[in-house]
Amino acid sequence: MTIPLIEMKNITKTFPSVTALDDVSFSLQEKEIHALVGENGAGKSTLMNVLSGVYPYGSYIGDIVFNGNICKFNQLKDSERMGIVIIHQELAMVPYLTIAENMFLGNERIKGKGVIDWQKTYQDAEQYMEMIGLHESAHTLVKDIGVGKQQMVEIAKALAKNVKLLILDEPTSALNESDARHLLDLLLDFKKNRGISSIIISHKLDEVVYVADKITIIRDGMTIETLDRSVNEFTEPRIVTGMVGRKMEERYPHRTPAIQDIALEVENWDVYHPLYNDRKVVDDVSFHAHKGEVVGIAGLIGAGRTELCQSLFGKVYGTKISGVIKIKGEPVRLDTVSQAISAGIAYVTEDRKSDGLVLKDSVQRNITLASLEKIQERGVLNFDKECQVADEYVETLSIKTPSIDQFVENLSGGNQQKVLLAKWIYAQPDILLLDEPTRGIDVGSKYEIYCIIDKLAAEGKCICMVSSELPELLGMCDRVYVMCEGRIIGELQRSEATQEIIMDMILQASKRETNS
Amino acid sequence: MSIREKIGGILKQYIMVIILVAILLIFQITTSGALLTSVNLFNLVNQNAYGMILAVGMLICVLTGGNVDLSVGSLLGFVSACMATFMTEYGMNTYLAIFLGLLIGILAGVWQGFWIAYVRVPSFITTLAGMLIFQGGILLVLKGGKTIAPLPESFNVLASGYIGTAEASGSICLAVGVMIALVFVFFQIKNYITRKRNGYSVNRIGSLLLSCIIVSAVLIWAFAKIAEQRGVPTVLILVGLVALIYYFVTQKTVIGRHLYALGGNAKAAKLSGIKTDRILFLAYVNMSLLAAVAAVAYSARMNAAAATAGTGTELDAIGAVFLGGASASGGIGTVGGTLIGALIMGVLNNGMSIMGLGTDMQQAVKGLVLLAAVAVDVISKQRTLDPIMNRIRLVFFNRL
Repeated sequence: MTIPLIEMKNITKTFPSVTALDDVSFSLQEKEIHALVGENGAGKSTLMNVLSGVYPYGSYIGDIVFNGNICKFNQLKDSERMGIVIIHQELAMVPYLTIAENMFLGNERIKGKGVIDWQKTYQDAEQYMEMIGLHESAHTLVKDIGVGKQQMVEIAKALAKNVKLLILDEPTSALNESDARHLLDLLLDFKKNRGISSIIISHKLDEVVYVADKITIIRDGMTIETLDRSVNEFTEPRIVTGMVGRKMEERYPHRTPAIQDIALEVENWDVYHPLYNDRKVVDDVSFHAHKGEVVGIAGLIGAGRTELCQSLFGKVYGTKISGVIKIKGEPVRLDTVSQAISAGIAYVTEDRKSDGLVLKDSVQRNITLASLEKIQERGVLNFDKECQVADEYVETLSIKTPSIDQFVENLSGGNQQKVLLAKWIYAQPDILLLDEPTRGIDVGSKYEIYCIIDKLAAEGKCICMVSSELPELLGMCDRVYVMCEGRIIGELQRSEATQEIIMDMILQASKRETNS
Repeated sequence: MSIREKIGGILKQYIMVIILVAILLIFQITTSGALLTSVNLFNLVNQNAYGMILAVGMLICVLTGGNVDLSVGSLLGFVSACMATFMTEYGMNTYLAIFLGLLIGILAGVWQGFWIAYVRVPSFITTLAGMLIFQGGILLVLKGGKTIAPLPESFNVLASGYIGTAEASGSICLAVGVMIALVFVFFQIKNYITRKRNGYSVNRIGSLLLSCIIVSAVLIWAFAKIAEQRGVPTVLILVGLVALIYYFVTQKTVIGRHLYALGGNAKAAKLSGIKTDRILFLAYVNMSLLAAVAAVAYSARMNAAAATAGTGTELDAIGAVFLGGASASGGIGTVGGTLIGALIMGVLNNGMSIMGLGTDMQQAVKGLVLLAAVAVDVISKQRTLDPIMNRIRLVFFNRL
């Protein structure tokens, strides 16, 4: 039995109203990648915040033993000194500083006291970037590189701190499949060649199965079990069972499609970038969707899917937009969001926190925000009616909230997403554009969202769904369009679509693009 | 809920009211009772009416997302100068002059709103420019800054007059006070009944009655005190009207809801079909209109239009809004809170003047109270003091 690199013994952490961690123990060997999985709110992030010193020694019960010493971290810097670096889900980059400046932020390369050694800064930066295969100039501003590369910079930043244990909280939630794979391979490489261990928190079970040596499942603030690759067989159903505490037979609800008349047609849709207006973001896109149909739009991040949806929805995104939209066969002009809403379109944004919800406002007021005309008379709001509406949706979508007066920022991700859906369902659209409807929410909530989507389709709504998770599209959609570099490069029926075919289409298309 | 938590909750909710009462008590003692005399209450109302009107307008700007308007003081002075010139130099009818003054206010608002909402010049810059422009305007209209005084009596009476004659003033004033109290109680009870009927959470009937009794008592007492003077000041009615209208608009109407949504999350508001540009534009038009309304109250009280009129009032207005619990990032704040904030500012000014403190002291004290009051508000909204104490320990002792 080897001595573990780090051991967390009987950790209990309580907040004024809840017990977030209840007697949790966790250990990690050297050269190990350990995945933490669990539903949202299970306590994964809290556990990692305890480990990294975000919650100081004394604010929790239990011990952290690192390399045989009991640690008493008071702040993040203390754990970093020991070589523990945490990379949070929301990246903490300064957009208007260069890659190199960001990489050494708080850990500057200096000559003398407080004076930055710029030559060494950029030299070292290039060296670390080489190490992780990030091919950019260290002088590039962080705002000009994609999320995937920003994530790489975070990792380089950790390397620059002589990391021994890397903690990654949902590192791939914003990445496309190839960037995500690159990141995971990097972790494997670190383990093998540099002896760096990692703890990874992820909702994407296929990634966990791919990368982890051990998997610890946390539920309701308690450790349920730890699976070991050398002992247990890693399968997704096995993990899901542990996470939700019951067997999940089906990841996607069953629906018999009842496809009716055509609802939405888009022809020769062109959209240019709002700032660089010679850059075509959506290129000659034509597609259609029927009532009662769930249509998927697959593609990598940056393929133009969100831009397509937002440009259709009252031209929220883009300039020099041209093309034809037909609703139920009639061409329509949708120049503003309110026109789009009254034409029967709803767009459920991919980023519920920054673009979808008013976080510091109640469930009730968020639900009615897009349909205030329904609860008003001559500009004056009818609060009784508003309460009734909110109550109704809280019940039908089973939104878990103490009351409709609760601020949505206090709800879990899954319930926030349901509030967002409720808002748009109450607008009573015929066509729903759902952009990443299950991003960053746990398996149980995902299933509930899928059920809602199926119910909407069964009611005869037309649903267009953008998702970066291919299994989700394959599980939910009747038909899938594949987008790449702003164009639609293929259309697949449910029966013929597989992950391999779609990825292959995208790879072929981007290869053609680079060749030409 | 334990008693301690309950008290904590009440403290958090009414912290600014408590601060106001504390300040009143302190001055009541230090001025040996001169603060809450009938004549001083009368003055307090007259001195602070325009400040309250400006603060309500400022609240609307702050609600849109932490925007402020630095130009309102200068605009107030400019409108005041214009109206005075119209009336004295051109012999214009009082009502026409006021109408033109309000029109100038609206036009100034359209000008600033255009740059802020449609061209997207930051509000701070636009209104800083506006401040300079209107300052220039004042000097131009007043021909290098000559004070115009006195103003026609028909103008002054509108905003510095009072309703009621010397003999009947007491009863009329008291009647107004009782009426307002009755209306307040009526709406409180109506609200309680509808909420209860629909099965929503309500406060205990006891606390409802208690709040009704306290508010009614304070209202009737204040009106009775003021009544000992000449009657109900017309500006009080003006302020009451403004407060009621803006309370109604912000809390009960679609446009009010749009305003809060814009400040709470501009992107989400836009994606919900709200015309966010238009709301922002209207907020600034409204601010300038209210600045013009305040200009009427201000000039009538001063019985003059001077080059220094309104200087610095924008800062008092901004202070009042934040004292009133508004969020600097927008989307949070109420008309009631803002009025309390404005009262705190007003009582400070008034109390220190009675005590005979110099302007130097007055300014510094106001600054400190603003800082302290908002700090108390911020701290009381956090769950415990621990995070703050930890931060302080870290900074000063480099350990926890």
